[in-house]
Formats: sequence, structure tokens, C-alpha cells
Amino acid sequence: MMTTISTFLAARGIYILTLILLSLGVAGIIVCNNYMKKLICMNIMQVAVIFFFLCFGQKAGGTIPVAMNDAVTASQYINPLPHGLMLTAIVVSLGTTGVGLSLLFRIKEKYGTIEEDDLIKRQRDKELNKNVEEGKNK
Amino acid sequence: MIQNLPVLIILLPLCAALLSLLLTRINRNLSKYVLTLAVLASLVLSVYQLHLVVTEGTIHYTVGNYQTPYGIELVIDSLNALILVVIEIISFMTVLFAENFGVKRKVVQGGARALIGLLITGLLGMTSTGDVFNLYVFLEITSLSAYCLIALGGSRGVVAAYKYMLVGTVAATFYLLGVGILYSATGTLNMADMKDILSQGVYDDVMLVSMSFLTIAFGIKMALFPFHGWQPSAYAHAEPGTRPLITGVMSKVPALAMFRFFYMIYGTDFKYMKLLLVIIGILSCLGMIYGSVFAMMQKDIRKILAYSSVAQIGYISLGFAIGTPIALAGAFLHMMGHAFMKGGLFFCTGAIRYKYGTSDINDFGRIYKQMPLTCGLLTVAALSMIGIPPTAGFFSKWYLASGAAENHQWIYIAVLVLSSLLNAVYFFRLIEKVFIQKSAGLKERWKSEVLELPFTIILPIVVCFVAILGIGIFNVKIIDILLMTLEGVGL
Repeated sequence: MMTTISTFLAARGIYILTLILLSLGVAGIIVCNNYMKKLICMNIMQVAVIFFFLCFGQKAGGTIPVAMNDAVTASQYINPLPHGLMLTAIVVSLGTTGVGLSLLFRIKEKYGTIEEDDLIKRQRDKELNKNVEEGKNK
Repeated sequence: MIQNLPVLIILLPLCAALLSLLLTRINRNLSKYVLTLAVLASLVLSVYQLHLVVTEGTIHYTVGNYQTPYGIELVIDSLNALILVVIEIISFMTVLFAENFGVKRKVVQGGARALIGLLITGLLGMTSTGDVFNLYVFLEITSLSAYCLIALGGSRGVVAAYKYMLVGTVAATFYLLGVGILYSATGTLNMADMKDILSQGVYDDVMLVSMSFLTIAFGIKMALFPFHGWQPSAYAHAEPGTRPLITGVMSKVPALAMFRFFYMIYGTDFKYMKLLLVIIGILSCLGMIYGSVFAMMQKDIRKILAYSSVAQIGYISLGFAIGTPIALAGAFLHMMGHAFMKGGLFFCTGAIRYKYGTSDINDFGRIYKQMPLTCGLLTVAALSMIGIPPTAGFFSKWYLASGAAENHQWIYIAVLVLSSLLNAVYFFRLIEKVFIQKSAGLKERWKSEVLELPFTIILPIVVCFVAILGIGIFNVKIIDILLMTLEGVGL
């Protein structure tokens, strides 16, 4: 019994951990009230997918994909493509984080808060004030 | 030169976008001319490419001459070529239109032009690529520039953009996950190659898992019913000049990508295809009702149009759910028609806002006297949304319904008719406000003796007007071109 569990974990455990990380990220985006925390959770989610690609790109006994004298067949090298793809994904995630942080900056500047419920309240107050002023003008 | 056509169409707006910040430093207007010319050139090339595809068949272009399963491939079939032309026309008009609303600061102006250029590049790239990872990269280019353009629309726009960014990143991540699962099973990223390997039928369960991720991803990006939460506020508060591009085209291109995954990679032989199509059908039916009902409840014209987009996207995905070639052609006809209708309606609201500075429909009383052209387009686009012949909307709904009748899916026809009637309720209300209600006595912000509006606003309005009627009248020709690709792809 123990051996089956441990062999399963040795072979597939990393994928389960990645799945947990992904669900943590998605759950965090939904549950957190603070926009900064949401951004952090978004990053966690992206990192989970990067882990996933790196895990299936891994091969037992494979070496880095640089031509070596003693390794001649393709099976002796790991596949470089998932790593290459993930370099792109990391760049994209950097860009998204940058845009997210600058948007947060502007939200803080305009509303003075980055808590979601505060923000909704202030938006509603602003709307009400605007309507009252328009009513006065008419 | 000519053999590099597919990549030139994408590269021209990209180069103009990258140069625009630099050019703005030299002269304020230089980047405007460069971007306009680049998009115009790319429009001309895409029309020529459509001609080539129709006469000589599908174009396969290998970027950098790396052979197909390894390198990136651009595939232009008759479907892509048509959608590319539509994207180019709307983009060109938006580039002209946006100049009337631009922010006055020099740096922001250059940046906004760069963002529009990048958005156009991303949309064109997503449409023409034949490589699943390349699609991801273009998807992210589109999304990132769209976040920034939405954020330029004032303080509510920033919040809308932030929310869209969170949801949009979930979509992009899910897409990447779906692609990762497919890649780990097949070992290829090329769409045609992936289809060959998947059609052996040994990967059915893997495909089901990745398909659920991909459906959610595209569902979020195209604002399909339960995933539409980001859409109304993002559409309503985006930068007014670029709204036609964001609302008209940005949600259609993910729908095209979704179609590619459903029918051109998974294929109709896929074991769970029927189940998947039923789920998509239910979601689109719910979306069509929900979007129309919520649009009826709004007062702000931007919100009305945003919620009606939720319903209209439902028509497109309904076409995918029915799945016969005729219904698919109807879905694509609706995609093109709706790009002009929704783009046109947002050109109108932009024009009214430019002239009077309001977007509350209760202030629209009898503005047809001052703005006859604008109200003409407003009426034609509204009638087309409801589906009255000879506008584009009637024929796309007709093809959708006849596809559903072919498959004996009567419930879809019932929902189609019901949703059209609901559309009629709020669009006739809009028409009533414009033509019959008492004038609210608004002050004009822009006056001229000759034209009702500046030329760069008149041109898009006229083009949309012609396009909505043109797509309706020449629908048989367009359907023939679409069927060149769709024949044999559908059920």
C-alpha cells in the first residue's frame, strides 16, 4: 500500500502540487478583497502553469540540450522547447504585472484606496454627488 | 514581395506602432500620418490577399522559412482573409476617428497611438496564425494593449481595466494550460500537424481536459454568457476614440480562435464533440436572453450596447453549437455584420458625445435634425441588430435558423426569435428617443456650416452604413467565399 502511494507520488506528485498552486491562485483572485493581493494571486497562478510546463519537459537521465560528445541520440537530451516557451510566458507575465501595478497606482491616486468594497462605496458616492449636482443645475 | 503578403499585413501596423512614440517626439502629427498610412497600406494588401485566396486557394506562409511542424506558420484560408479585411476596415476608421478624442499631452498621445497600433497587430496576428503558441503571444499583445486603452478612459476606466486584466490573465493562463496539455500529448504546436496526430483518436480524455480549459479561456475573452462579468464596464468606460475597435472586433477574434480549436484541431470526429456543442448551445441561449433583458434595463447608451454585445456573441457561438456548414457560415456572417453594427453604433455614440457631450439616451430627443447622417446609421444598425431585411443582421439570423432547422434543433430557433424580439424592445426605444421625443435643448460643442461633424467622424459613419447594407445585399457572395473553407469542416 505504502509503496504504491509513494511510487504514485514520485511519478505524479509534482503535478498534484502544481494543481494545488493553480487552484490557490484562482481562489485567491476570487476571494481576496485587496487588489494588491489579487495581483499576487494572479502571479502565483501564472507560476503554477510555468511549473507545469517545466515538469513535463523533464526527463529522467536526460542532459541539457547542448551538443555533447558522449550523448548522440535525441533520447539522451531533454526537450528544450517547453523551456523556450516558458521564457516567453515569463516575459508576458512580467508585462502583465507591470501593467497591473501601474493600474493599481492610478486607482490609488484617483480613489485613495485599493480595497474592493471601499472602492465600490466611493464610486457610488461619487455617482450620487454627481447626480445631486446635476439636479441642482437643472 | 507578394509571397510575403501575410506577414507584411501584420508587420506594417507593428512597425508604425513601435515608431510612434519616437516620431511624436519629433513632431506631434508625424506619428498620426505614419500609423494611418501603415494601416491603410495593410488594408489594401489584405483586400489583394482576399482576391488571391479566392482565386488561387489557401496561402501557407512559413515565417523565416523554417519548415512547418517546427517553425511558425501563417495560414490564410478564405475565412481568415475575409475576417482580416473586416478587421482592417474597422481599424483604419478607428485610427482616423480616435484622433478627435485624443488626450492633448504629447507623450500620452504618442503612447495611445502606439497602443492602437499594437492592438491592431495583435488582432491581425491572432486571425492569421497557424501555430497555437503564436496565438498565445498575439492574444497577450491584444489583451495588454486593450487593458491600457480601457484605462485611458478616465477613473472608472482604470477600475474596469484592472478587473478585466485579472480576468483576462486567468483566461490567458487557462489557454496556456490547455495548450500545454495538448503539447505534452502530441509534441507539436502546429495546428494542422496537431489535428493529424489527434485524429488518431487515442487521446480523447486528454483532449476533453484541455478542451474544458480552452473553452473557459475563449469564453472569457469573447465574453460568452457566464464569463462576461468584465465586459459591460470595460466597454462602457474605454477610451471613447478606440471603443469601436475594442467593442466591434476584439471579442470576435477569440471566437474565431475558438472555432479553429473546435472544428479545425479537434474535428467533428472527437468523441465528446456532441456534449461540448450542447453545452456551448445552452450557454449561448442563456446569454442571448440575459444580455437582451439586461440591455433593456439600462439608461446609458454605452451600457445598452455593451449588454447587447453579450447577446450578440451568443448568436455567434450558437452558430458554432449548431455546427452545420450553413450555420457556421451564418455565424461568421454575423461576426462580420456585428463588427460593423456595433462598431457603427459606437461611432454614433462617439459622434453624439463629440457634438453634445452626453451619452444618456433621455437627452437624445430629436437630434436627427442636427445629425441626420449619424441618426441614419443609428437606425440602420439598430434595425440590423433586430434583424430586418435587407440589413446584414437579417441574413445572418436567417442562415443560423436554417442551419438549426436542418439539424431539427427547434429550441434554438425559438430562442433566436425571442432574443430578436427583445432586441426590438430596446432598439425601438432608442429610435423613439432620437426621432420622436422632445428635444432636450443640448448645447452644441462643435459647429460648422457645411458638415454636421468633422470629416474623420463622417467617413467611418458612412462606411459602416454602406457596409451593413452591403453585407446584407451581397450575402450570397460572402457565404460562397465562406463555404469554400467551411464545406467539409462542419458536421
